[in-house]
Amino acid sequence: MNALRAWPQLAAPTVLIVAAGLLGSLTDRASQIYFISALVSVAFVVALYVFVGNSGVVSFGHISFVAVGAWAAGVLSVPAEEKPATMPNLAGFLRDTTVGNVPSLAIAAAVGGVFALVAGLALMRLSGLAAGIATFAVLEITNNVLRYTDKLGPGLNVFSSVPETTGLLQATVGAVLVVTAAFVYQRSRFGRQLRAARDDPAAARAVGISVYRQRLVAFAISGVLAGFGGGLYVHLLPTGADSLYLDLTFITLAMLVIGGMTSLWGAVVGALAVSGLDSLLAEAENGLDLAGRTIDLPAGTRIVVVGFLMGLVLVVRPSGLTGGREFSLGRLRPQRPAVVQEESS
Amino acid sequence: MTTVVASFVRDVVDPQVQIDAIGLGAVYALMAVGIGLVFGVLRLVNFAYGQLIMAGAFALALASEWDWPVWAGIVLCFAVVLALSVALEWLVFRPLRLQSPAVMLVATFAVAFLLQSIALLWFGPLGKPAASLVTLNRPVTIGSLDVRKVTIVAIVVAAICLVALVLLLERTSIGLHMRAASMDFTTARLLGVRANRVIASAVLISGVLAAIVAVMLTIQFPLVTPGFALQDTIIVLAGVVVGGMNRLFSATLGGFAIGYVSGLLGGALPTDQSQYLPSLLFGLVILVLLVRPAGVFARGGGPVERV
Repeated sequence: MNALRAWPQLAAPTVLIVAAGLLGSLTDRASQIYFISALVSVAFVVALYVFVGNSGVVSFGHISFVAVGAWAAGVLSVPAEEKPATMPNLAGFLRDTTVGNVPSLAIAAAVGGVFALVAGLALMRLSGLAAGIATFAVLEITNNVLRYTDKLGPGLNVFSSVPETTGLLQATVGAVLVVTAAFVYQRSRFGRQLRAARDDPAAARAVGISVYRQRLVAFAISGVLAGFGGGLYVHLLPTGADSLYLDLTFITLAMLVIGGMTSLWGAVVGALAVSGLDSLLAEAENGLDLAGRTIDLPAGTRIVVVGFLMGLVLVVRPSGLTGGREFSLGRLRPQRPAVVQEESS
Repeated sequence: MTTVVASFVRDVVDPQVQIDAIGLGAVYALMAVGIGLVFGVLRLVNFAYGQLIMAGAFALALASEWDWPVWAGIVLCFAVVLALSVALEWLVFRPLRLQSPAVMLVATFAVAFLLQSIALLWFGPLGKPAASLVTLNRPVTIGSLDVRKVTIVAIVVAAICLVALVLLLERTSIGLHMRAASMDFTTARLLGVRANRVIASAVLISGVLAAIVAVMLTIQFPLVTPGFALQDTIIVLAGVVVGGMNRLFSATLGGFAIGYVSGLLGGALPTDQSQYLPSLLFGLVILVLLVRPAGVFARGGGPVERV
């Protein structure tokens, strides 16, 4: 019965993702890139949601898992004969190994997960502000190391000649995989225990839930998904350390907050809604014909609008567009709003 | 290995490195006070603090472009930063006062990005030079040391500000109210402390400090870009948390300490390693947080999860 009632919570986001993929396949090639990057954003935001939504602890560090995933997949899938030219100082193993598309994504997920697990062993001991700052520290360190270590990748340059395999199909399948993993996790006993700890840490401890262990599990799983997302990303665009840093951290968090931090539905809706708006604005920056009038916005308008929107949502509707609730067919019944409760600091 | 360590130690105790590190620590301490004051009364970590400083720096750059005298530029800088602080308090902090710390943190993160991208739209990615203040960046030679004038100014100004702030907090009634509010806001209100007044004063003082920091950072780094002071704010935030957010004193010490350590590392790291300074610094931050999650200089247990 329970399982039956829960299926729309997975079906609705999946339908939305597939719809976005199908819609993208109807447009011309130039516009498809918007749909593909929207679907990759879904992967990032859902990965972040698995930790932030279920634990109630904000993480600024998830883009570091995206970054190591992108680095792993990128370095290993550049054709061997191109490596000496673009990445001359690569370490031996990375220089001599080249893998295909699917293995590179799997490796990206594994690397992201292992990194998150190791970082989480330390970070999950912290809570509140200390945890927030420590995740930020991880982002700073990761970015700094990847940017300046040319043994590991392109260093200050962007990746070149990574096969561009993330088309509509791969992005759609990837996003659906990530959403399914997040759904399975949050229905599992681990996910339930973590959400119990989020809503009432004292009561959760009283029934024997280890908050540390549950947070660590969520952190590692979201690291796997973020690494996988990074793999998708590096196969989409020429990626470098700059594109996997503060701006991406901001936009990913913004998407999650705008959609609603506490539900999978909110994560997917937020990612697609903000990406949609962002693409529209990007077109407008290049000059857009709308109802006979040409709109030409100055470059940089996008992030102003998204930042403004995020502020507005936080002030007017802090639980996000979806109210932080899962999709449900019985929407007409009044439901209690979901509340994120962070531990007192 | 031993020679590396030896040269590192020699560089660390080098007076030139020391004075520069203290100068950086002084500026960061002022930023820490600005962040810590607002945190005390609002429980809000103001991520957008660096963008207040950036706005002030752009005011200085514009004033220098318009050939205003230096004092007029500084007045403009103060006006811009204070106006922006008050606007932020009205538009963002006030409506969010009752939200959870997580929501407030994300909100100020959004504000930071909003302000930065507005600056990007307005001034472009290359920024503007603030040429009129450069004279203060010239060194004076004391004995064998080349001390930049601004380092002396920074240390003196920081000392004056901190003393003034201690007097304000200890000797005036608004200071008493602020201290009471940062210990327990609800009880303080019950005892007749006016919430809006306390918050407004904290925001104003923190704005004044941001303007002062804007002037000093602009002297040292005259090219003002939209990312101005962003990295500094992240470092100071880490320092404040490492020091201990519960008390203004420990937060300030934390800010000074991270500036000082960062200055020492910057001066002592061999040149081919110096690009890894942020990694070292933030690695230290994580280590220290693991040992003392409530803060190095915090008294007692601090903000442990209440069970």
